Amino acid sequence: MTEILSTRGLCKAFGALTATDDVSLTLRAGEIHALIGPNGAGKSTLIAQIGGALSPDRGQVFLDGEDVTALPVPARARKGLARTFQISQLAQQDTVLQNVLLAAIGAARQPWRFWRPALSDAALRGRAEAALTRVGLEDHAATVTAELSHGQRRLLEIAVALTLSPKAFLMDEPMAGLGAEGAARLVPLLRDLKAEAPILLVEHDMDAVFALADRISVLVSGRVIATGTADEIRRNAAVRAAYLGDAA
Amino acid sequence: MSTGQIGGQPPNPRGIFGPKKQGREALLNALVLLGLVIVPLWAVMADEPFTITLVTRAVIFALAAVGLNIALGLGGLVSLGHAVFFGIGGYAMGILAWHAQNYVPLFEWPVLFEGTKSMPVIWAVAVLASALAAFCIGLLSLRTSGVYFIMITLAFGQMFYYFAISWARYGGEDGMSIYVRNGFPGLNTLDPIQFYGLCLAALLLGLLLHARLRRAPFGLALNAARQAPERVRAVGLDPLRLRLLAFTLSGAITGLAGALFADLNRFVSPTMFSWQLSGEFIVFIILGGTARLFGPVVGAVLFVLMEHWLGALTEYWHIGFGALLLLIVLFGQGGVIGLIAGKARAHD
Ligand SMILES: Nc1ncnc2c1ncn2[C@@H]1O[C@H](COP(=O)(O)OP(=O)(O)OP(=O)(O)O)[C@@H](O)[C@H]1O
Ligand SMILES: [Mg+2]
Repeated sequence: MTEILSTRGLCKAFGALTATDDVSLTLRAGEIHALIGPNGAGKSTLIAQIGGALSPDRGQVFLDGEDVTALPVPARARKGLARTFQISQLAQQDTVLQNVLLAAIGAARQPWRFWRPALSDAALRGRAEAALTRVGLEDHAATVTAELSHGQRRLLEIAVALTLSPKAFLMDEPMAGLGAEGAARLVPLLRDLKAEAPILLVEHDMDAVFALADRISVLVSGRVIATGTADEIRRNAAVRAAYLGDAA
Repeated sequence: MSTGQIGGQPPNPRGIFGPKKQGREALLNALVLLGLVIVPLWAVMADEPFTITLVTRAVIFALAAVGLNIALGLGGLVSLGHAVFFGIGGYAMGILAWHAQNYVPLFEWPVLFEGTKSMPVIWAVAVLASALAAFCIGLLSLRTSGVYFIMITLAFGQMFYYFAISWARYGGEDGMSIYVRNGFPGLNTLDPIQFYGLCLAALLLGLLLHARLRRAPFGLALNAARQAPERVRAVGLDPLRLRLLAFTLSGAITGLAGALFADLNRFVSPTMFSWQLSGEFIVFIILGGTARLFGPVVGAVLFVLMEHWLGALTEYWHIGFGALLLLIVLFGQGGVIGLIAGKARAHD
């Protein structure tokens, strides 16, 4: 299968702390690749290096075969990397629709337009509204983002990423704080999305991970200690000892 | 980013199809505009030229603050150096007109240029020069945020102020007087009401630009960059570039106001660069209401009126003014407009 995204030998240290230790991963077309690991394992740090917010000390990131290691965040986004944040990054005072419109403006590369309202641009608006409908937020288009529930905000994060029509999704704990029920509702949406673009999914919710992931990588202390299918990971002794414990 | 605290819109509980109070803001804006038309016309009839001068002063200050409001209100950039652009606009007028009135060529190469007394040319120079300065200052200062940004813009302001003081050729500390107001094709600018008409037209254009800008893709992105810069980067846009352009546009408009101000007084001096003036521009916006289209207008009008009336009572009028500002900031829901019209809606 074709690799959409890959890292090669990524390393990142914060002082004496090795947060990313020689990580090589691949994300293939059509798959959900889950990244699991205990708190502080370095999952968000890894996502940040792939997205471009952090630069690695060593190693490379490839998107669609191209080395993007030197590119800043906006350039990587324009090349097709869409990221959701562990802690929502949304324009809180803007409406829900405006938040997805922002993504539509970014995707269309049209920020240098000064006269016509963004809302009355049918192309931008259509793209934004389609994404809202996709995640089920269409009835909240006019709601101010700060007034959304936590769960709705997580959905909006996904809608924003979706609006970009990316080549790959980077999702950092999209289900955090949703509860079992909320997380279960996201499962079909993510399964649906992976047909569009593969997802590198950081997630603590093991039910969701085992339900969704085509492959799982386990990160402990910055190092990938195992990669495999759900079954392989469940059976892996090192993983059980380091992370899954009695849960699996 | 901590600068976001002053700029921006307070959330509105009822969404964009909100409350009746929204209608009140529109009404208030209409009344302010009406006042800006009627009062000077009345002053013409009553033969009160000083009133016209007063309103002209308010309108020019409002334009300067409308310029600042693009950086501050939309971009969240608390610039304490916007008098730089006001001053550059003023000196653009002063220098061009001084050469023309004294028959001293400004330069002889590549072509002879003797300065000019034509407002359109002066305005173009003022806008371009202040835009260029804003671009350069923005490039150097926009990587910082919060207090550092405030301090750097303040420092630039002081630099220009002291430079103007030491620029002996153009009057140094004393500034320059221009004997006759500059001209505008087809108008008699010596007639206060005609000059006022020009200033009001400039203000209306500035307001129109601001209103369009904030709803256009650029304004939406700029506004998001203030609230969630990481998000803006993640959708492929560069907050720094958005802010740089906002700062440049902002400086250009404030520069135009500076040229008009110089023509109103037929005088320029280094005080046009002073940090107090920069602070006053911010005060206009806060007083009127941040994130309100007419915030700078209401703020500037109130300021000029109080300066006139309280200033006649006591030279310590700033104390009373400061107290009023404090009350508004503490108890108003976003300035005087907020007191009258309720909370702002999310911009649409
Ligand atoms: N900017 C930073 N400076 C110093 N240390 C950092 C920085 N960012 C992260 N760390 C440290 O690096 C380690 C990895 O952090 P990271 O946020 O990547 O973990 P994580 O796997 O995402 O954890 P969680 O499951 O809690 O989200 C942690 O020990 C963290 O304290
Ligand atoms: Mg994390």
